[in-house]
Amino acid sequence: MHKYDQRVKISIIGFGAVGQGVAKVVKDIPFIDVRAIADSKGVAMTPDIEEVLNRKKAGLPISNSDLSAIDVIMRVDHDITVEVTPTNIIDGEPGLMHIREALKRGRHVVTSNKGPLVKRFNELMRLASDHGVMLRYEATVGGAMPMINLVREALTGSKVLNIVGVFNGTCNYILTRMTEEGLDYDHVLSEAQDMGIAEADPTYDVMGIDTACKVVILANSVFKQNVTLNDVDVTGIIKITADALRLAKERSYSVKLIGDVKGLKVSPMMVPAGHPLSVGGTLNAASIATDNAGEITVTGKGAGSIETASAILSDIISIYKELKGVDDIQR
Amino acid sequence: MRISMDLELKDTPGQLVHVLTPISDLGGNIMSVIHHHDEKTFRNTIPVFVVFEMEEKKLDELRGRLERSDVTIVRMGKIRLRETVSILLIGHVIHTNLTDTIDRIDRTGYAEVQDLSLAMPEIDGPSSAVITVSATGTGELKKAVEILKGVTEKKDLLMIEPIGDRLGAGGR
Repeated sequence: MHKYDQRVKISIIGFGAVGQGVAKVVKDIPFIDVRAIADSKGVAMTPDIEEVLNRKKAGLPISNSDLSAIDVIMRVDHDITVEVTPTNIIDGEPGLMHIREALKRGRHVVTSNKGPLVKRFNELMRLASDHGVMLRYEATVGGAMPMINLVREALTGSKVLNIVGVFNGTCNYILTRMTEEGLDYDHVLSEAQDMGIAEADPTYDVMGIDTACKVVILANSVFKQNVTLNDVDVTGIIKITADALRLAKERSYSVKLIGDVKGLKVSPMMVPAGHPLSVGGTLNAASIATDNAGEITVTGKGAGSIETASAILSDIISIYKELKGVDDIQR
Repeated sequence: MRISMDLELKDTPGQLVHVLTPISDLGGNIMSVIHHHDEKTFRNTIPVFVVFEMEEKKLDELRGRLERSDVTIVRMGKIRLRETVSILLIGHVIHTNLTDTIDRIDRTGYAEVQDLSLAMPEIDGPSSAVITVSATGTGELKKAVEILKGVTEKKDLLMIEPIGDRLGAGGR
């Protein structure tokens, strides 16, 4: 067993499904010290994680202090701010303010929040570099499926030419069910809502906006672009009929909502059977075209509390390794 | 059979009719005529490119009639449609004049709609169709798909294309 001389202090800002998932996955990790957990109503300082999770589950307030989320970021001593409040693509708040303030105070930031990155990617990266800290966001694209770090680390020996993928599990589930059962869109959407796969307001997912957010983040991070949602040509899945899916299936095609990062385009496309992106259910998949390595395809769970938390944890550990010069962490 | 011809006409008015009339008389269906008025050859003739459909057994007679009218046949070839793509269309496919949508492709001379399957659930509901477009080459197929894209945008149809084999090429 590795001896961890130094621990890394983190705060968890946002305590919905993803925040609770993060609390669960970091709970038993010896070198991670959770200094504070904040939800929209208050802050639990030096929390007993098990207890805070139980209180949240029971609908009780988690707060044991007078502090708010922003107070934690500004005043509580910690190394990494884990920003996991819900995505807001209108103005990026409150995540944008949280991330800015954390970076300005020399804290590293790990986030699953697409809003701030879609609105202000380059500003935030610059702010991080100006303050000598890291901003990591693996969980914003593809949930558990490695994407950003895969390109940054494992594929550094190749130039990435394009990334094309299925980046929204809700749409993929709806299209898969419509194809398999011959059911129409409205029916399958209600079913997905019942199962918790689609939100009560599914607009962002089914109109292709969530996929477009991921295209923006990948375009800015992998291809060093300076684009926002307005630059992406977006078509959603709401007009797709069960008949159309059947006609496609008769010709051995399935229909997927595809994000094309280089092309800045989100649209339903026909994918032939056996194609690497032909994944069913709620799965995500991405094909990365490179010059030296050829085409690499990854697939995995694009959403879910623990799955998303796993991506956040990988970012926390990656920062920890750099900070402490530790290289042999095995989980 | 689909035929393409490169011809040269004398630079005097009324020559094009010497090309079109015999094709039409012999039961041919003219798909495309490109008449390069401003591109004279060094022989002082005007190049014309024509694509049409005609029974193979009538081609010899056509050749004879063209030559008798002083039309020079530079090249004549059977067009083979080598590249094929299937495309989904969703929306009011019928009410927005399906024939016209197909015609726009067929009129190009280098591409045609070779197959179409249609599903119409109810009178007012959106219908779905899958059409197979073939063309003489990849460039031509791409152009045909662009034409279709323009038509479907105007008609407010959702068009779903197959994903490209090569990602770097940006689809198709």
